[in-house]
Amino acid sequence: MKPLYHLGRYFLLMMRVFSKPEKFSIYFRQIIYEINSLGTGSLGLISIISVFMGGVITIQSAYNFTSPFIPLYAVGLGTRESIVLEFSPTIISLILAGKVGSNIASEIGTMRISEQIDALEIMGINSASYLILPKVLAAMFINPFLIIISMFLGVLGGYLMGVSTGACTSYEYIYGIQSFFIPFNVYYSLTKTVVFAFIITSVSAYHGYYTSGGALEVGQASTKSVVYNSILILIANLIITQIMLV
Amino acid sequence: MIELKNLTKSFDGRNVVENVSFSFYKGKTNLVIGESGSGKTTLLKMMVGLYQPNNGSVLYDGRDFTALSEHEKQGVRKEIGMLFQGGALFDSMTLEQNVKFPLDMFTQMTEAEKVDRVNFCLEKVKLMDKNALYPSELSGGMKKRAALARAIANSPNYLFCDEPNSGLDPKTSIVIDALISDITHEFNITTVIITHDMNSVMEIGENVMFIHQGQNWWTGTKDEILKTNNKELYDFVFASEFIKKVYKEKV
Repeated sequence: MKPLYHLGRYFLLMMRVFSKPEKFSIYFRQIIYEINSLGTGSLGLISIISVFMGGVITIQSAYNFTSPFIPLYAVGLGTRESIVLEFSPTIISLILAGKVGSNIASEIGTMRISEQIDALEIMGINSASYLILPKVLAAMFINPFLIIISMFLGVLGGYLMGVSTGACTSYEYIYGIQSFFIPFNVYYSLTKTVVFAFIITSVSAYHGYYTSGGALEVGQASTKSVVYNSILILIANLIITQIMLV
Repeated sequence: MIELKNLTKSFDGRNVVENVSFSFYKGKTNLVIGESGSGKTTLLKMMVGLYQPNNGSVLYDGRDFTALSEHEKQGVRKEIGMLFQGGALFDSMTLEQNVKFPLDMFTQMTEAEKVDRVNFCLEKVKLMDKNALYPSELSGGMKKRAALARAIANSPNYLFCDEPNSGLDPKTSIVIDALISDITHEFNITTVIITHDMNSVMEIGENVMFIHQGQNWWTGTKDEILKTNNKELYDFVFASEFIKKVYKEKV
């Protein structure tokens, strides 16, 4: 019955999160703050990972395309498709689940055990909405931009590695990434990103919000949030792919 | 005035607070004292609505707080200021932002009016020069004073203080007690202080309830407390041999 208990409590929390804010101007200010905190704060990590992963995907593609019947521009094509369809939206979201998710769970968990959430409640503020809604909205807004940047840098990383290692020529790679482009794939990818952003922020916030005890429990909440986020992202990935691509 | 009527709260079938009735008066420092684990904090949490009692009611100037909807409770809570045991200041905000926060959320004041009010509150707790510091940069006593400034920022009608002297040296404790007492009398508010510090009781205990095993065991004033025949209260007050000796010598 425990999964049902958590599911019910999660939905009750979400009902509180999406209730009418006390003061829109304060919430708007919080959203801007969270966009900066969650988005800009993750940009460096995402950029480094994307460039290197793009490079690795290109080298691996070139390594596997040994048949003379497969043109070398397929390296660029394969890299682009891998990055747009799966690497950027899913793998980057899993990385964000670790970085942003644990951060949210430990931040809100610490606020809980240090009575800061009680202080908000006693002031007459809907603490769930004040603390969680700006994070959810900020992530759903900024994550698609992060993923677009990741896509661009991944493809760029592939180009740099492909050309510098001689896996393909500059012309072949650029021809490859321009070939058979389906705009719907980007739409699919960004849709996944928005859903994953909601999962990352809301599930992490749930674990943080219901933390009780001390520093040990905050750490446990943080770990749990990463585990549950990862599993839920993979399940959601499967469902969305089935709905949108099949 | 806050009235408790037959307030009961149990956890796992065990009564932590049992049938407590008491009146906290306006313009007075009302103290709830008792040993650790006697149910003081549970009682406080029921009073401010963090716990729902199993039985009984809490009346804020006649309004039955326990019977209100969550939305209506939020309305009453806007009249409440609370000083938490650890201060519960928001880590991400400076001292000034912490004090200004309730004003931002609930008032239509202009920015200049808010700054004036924040300065007034910080002046009251003598932290005017620390307004740009973050909570992590403040000492324990400063945190308590800052939390007190935030608690009074929105001109509350009811002020709750949970163990305001815990972790403080005797000198700072006296400063905090004096501040709470001054604020209570100056603004004529209903103040409820949860404590087990006998110094606080003797300094500011105008209306005292001793809670033992979750029950209202004794009520009176600081002058009456030393003359009590109540065994449990006597054991609590004179737990220290030193205090017992000093009192006997004085008498």
